[in-house]
Amino acid sequence: MTASVDTERTITVTVNGVPREATVPVRRLLSDALRHDLGLTGTHVGCEHGVCGACTVLVDGDPVRSCLMLAVQVDGRAVTTVEGLARDDKRGGQLLHPVQEAFRECHALQCGFCTPGFLMTIAAGLDKRDPAAELTEEEVDDMVGGNLCRCTGYANIKKAVHHAAATMKERQ
Amino acid sequence: MTTKLFGEPVRRREDARLIVGKGRYLDDIGHNALAAAFVRSPHAHARVVDIDVEGALDVEGLVAIYTYDDLTGPMAEPLPVLIPHPQLTAPRTGYSLAYEKVHHVGEPIVMVVATDRYIAEDAAERIVVTYEELPAVVGVDAAHEARHAVHDDVPDNVSARHHQETGDVEPALAASPHTLTFTQYIERSASMPMEGRGVHAHWDADDRSLRVYTATQASTSVRAAIAAKLELSLDKVEVIAPDVGGGFGVKIMHPWPEELLVPMAAMNLGADVKWSEDRREHFISSAHERQQKQEITVGFDDDGRLTALDVVVWHDNGAYTPYGIIIPIITATQLIGPYDIPVYRVRVDSVYTNTVIVTPYRGAGRPQACYAMERTMDRIADVLGLDRAVVRERNLIQSSQFPYDAHLTFQDGRPVVYDSGDYPGLMAKLKDLVGWSGAEELRDDATARGKLLGVGMAMYVEGTGPGPYEGGHVQVLGSGKVLVATGLTSQGQGHETSFAQIVASELGVPIEDVEVTTGDTRRFPYAVGTFASRAAVMSGNAIALAARGVREKALRIAADVLEASPDDLEIEDGVVQVKGVPGTSIPLRTVAVLSNPLRYAFDEAAKQATQFTSHDDSKPPVAPGDAPGLEHRDYYSPLRSTFASGAHAAVVEIDPATWEIDVVKYAVVHDCGNVVNPMIVEGQVHGGVAQGVGGALYERMAYDSDGQLQNASFMDFLMPYASEVPDVVIDHQQTPSPLNPLGIKGAGEAGVIPGTAAIASAIEDAVGRRITSMPISPTELYDLMRNPAAERTAASAGRAENGVLA
Repeated sequence: MTASVDTERTITVTVNGVPREATVPVRRLLSDALRHDLGLTGTHVGCEHGVCGACTVLVDGDPVRSCLMLAVQVDGRAVTTVEGLARDDKRGGQLLHPVQEAFRECHALQCGFCTPGFLMTIAAGLDKRDPAAELTEEEVDDMVGGNLCRCTGYANIKKAVHHAAATMKERQ
Repeated sequence: MTTKLFGEPVRRREDARLIVGKGRYLDDIGHNALAAAFVRSPHAHARVVDIDVEGALDVEGLVAIYTYDDLTGPMAEPLPVLIPHPQLTAPRTGYSLAYEKVHHVGEPIVMVVATDRYIAEDAAERIVVTYEELPAVVGVDAAHEARHAVHDDVPDNVSARHHQETGDVEPALAASPHTLTFTQYIERSASMPMEGRGVHAHWDADDRSLRVYTATQASTSVRAAIAAKLELSLDKVEVIAPDVGGGFGVKIMHPWPEELLVPMAAMNLGADVKWSEDRREHFISSAHERQQKQEITVGFDDDGRLTALDVVVWHDNGAYTPYGIIIPIITATQLIGPYDIPVYRVRVDSVYTNTVIVTPYRGAGRPQACYAMERTMDRIADVLGLDRAVVRERNLIQSSQFPYDAHLTFQDGRPVVYDSGDYPGLMAKLKDLVGWSGAEELRDDATARGKLLGVGMAMYVEGTGPGPYEGGHVQVLGSGKVLVATGLTSQGQGHETSFAQIVASELGVPIEDVEVTTGDTRRFPYAVGTFASRAAVMSGNAIALAARGVREKALRIAADVLEASPDDLEIEDGVVQVKGVPGTSIPLRTVAVLSNPLRYAFDEAAKQATQFTSHDDSKPPVAPGDAPGLEHRDYYSPLRSTFASGAHAAVVEIDPATWEIDVVKYAVVHDCGNVVNPMIVEGQVHGGVAQGVGGALYERMAYDSDGQLQNASFMDFLMPYASEVPDVVIDHQQTPSPLNPLGIKGAGEAGVIPGTAAIASAIEDAVGRRITSMPISPTELYDLMRNPAAERTAASAGRAENGVLA
């Protein structure tokens, strides 16, 4: 009736570039599996009904709400969480994604709870576009418009998207 | 000078961990803990006839089930009335788990503990509670009417009748050249932080001590409540607020039942137990705020100057009154805003309803107060055919009138005395910022595009930084690191940064060396909490005083070593030196080592302080009245609150086809005295405005007449996304507070206060129909416009209306 052997599956998933294996109940949400089975607590859960976007992660490069996906659905796929957003700088440190730097620079976060979801959504949006092209307000609205934040009033989050895009344009 | 960081937009130190997913929020703690889930009442008002747990017992992984019958001692008694008041004549609080009756949907009845949350919920689902339903009282009108009682022994549903007056209002009204009487409503919303509440408890059975993590705004008081309820000595309980994902008031309420039950279960089971609130639980069991009915009578002369103001408010306090009448008091006392009102009388009846409890949500009674006062100003202007700004200007308290005694008693039991401000200055800046004088051209332009445009404004004065006190501890380590602790908590306000700025500036050390801890009772056990825009005022000043104490001691010790007078010394970049004599210096970290006379040299630096290196044997190593260590603890306790102020204006454009209301411009002028970090203050304003817009146009708690919350999800409760929040233009004014050493006033709540009033005013200006109930949706506006009985404003009479309005 509850989680028992015949209702569990062992899944293999590449998380932040590292192949991981986990045995999870089939009903386990991806968000819970990431947080509690794999210990990646950077992904936050704000509503568990797919509206707030705090739990957004990338599955095969696309942003998804990990509270609306079951862990078993990512078997064989690649998941990126906020912990995997920065790159190895090959000198033992981390090179932050431009959007991470921009959030700090533009004061785009306060309590930080919704931040991982915004970072993942915006990073996916910025990484997919031509960095040389002029960033339009419509693009910014698209990238920030689907996530809830209760602290910032969004002004500095929009500013951070512009800031990150400018950095990416410079560095291209 | 690198260390003078007070007033600079220093980038936040907490961000480094938060942008890489290394924050530590409540649910990030204790993956191996047992999980709690709750059976909550599905009825707004019912007698609990029977609880049958039989069906849950064979759920694999079930650990324990608790009902009221399992509570003993103080746990079996009602939850505390946190803030008693003589006018709170019929206080009622619930129990940690329901006893006999439930009074709102969402009230906890059974706690289930299991090996994980999924299983705990499986078990909770199998528990059958039998209820005898009772009639529900929903909304202030039903409560006031009192056909049914929420609590049997409070037949009129009135928990408190709060009353204040500054003179004899009736003769003053009778003698007024004009009077107006009107009624208006404001609906419920809620704090709605992105992280819900949550509690993790660890019981050390050998030490018989409890460590509790909770997403709270008041860890020291939660600690005291847990100790009292679980009959533990205070020294055996420590409470820590980890990273907290937003509070906005809902987490200042405490102890929540779960904050007591989870530790109780941990002690009982000898295992770590955790509960993380889900969003639905947050909607139906965590506090709301804002619903009031306001009856206002105002007297004024031909010029629009107020002669008397008489206000009666019905305030919905929900099912219980754990937080006393703080919101009614704040509404009553902050209602007068920046205006000089000769005679004022207010009565707030706080009434019970069968809905979730009402405790402060950012603004805490002030948005309602501002709505009452500012809409009164709009009405006077309309009756007299005057500009709304002019009527306000004629009533403003002038700069020469400070300190201004309002002859009222504030939420801290202290007199309402405005300490400083420049209200005409705010108004002048606001009119410039929003382009008040050009409003008619904007309207014409919108009309040409088939849109209705309106402009509105609202001003406020906000009592911030109430006592009783906060404390700060500053300690310089031998490594040069400077540890700072204060007891109040953080939920995103950037305290780690702004408090570090204060210490870096006061002490003369690099900010990189400063490490701030908040909300951890192990580090600072005396505190009140984070609410009422008080953290910067209270802890900021306490920490500044503590840093000054450390500085004084450091200079004294360094003066000995350098054979100089303390007056000739300065500290810069963590080095004490003789002013103007480079090279004659000693690092602060060495002073820290020397401050603690040692017998044992546990490391290289410590050798400097050991007994055979001491050079003065004429006095004891630690002089009488002195203490070892380069540290100081100090407290700031204000005589009374300090009063911040501001003015907002909104420009709305309404589409007469869809009645969609678009805020096209939002202007803010803000005065919170001296500013520690302007970037952080501006962020607070942005966030507050977004909540103000949400409260004016989108957010409401849609209870039906049975007390069922119809929109208990983010799908249905319309919290603004980026697309709903207008761009905000901000101008600043700084009138320092004379009350505290740093001259600061609080800034946390300001942004939310005037939103409803300013936007109501703008909509009314746009459509020419009286707006008397907020928030207002496009549908409600459409209904209002179609209603032939809807009152038209006098101002709209002379205006050519769009064809669509004919």
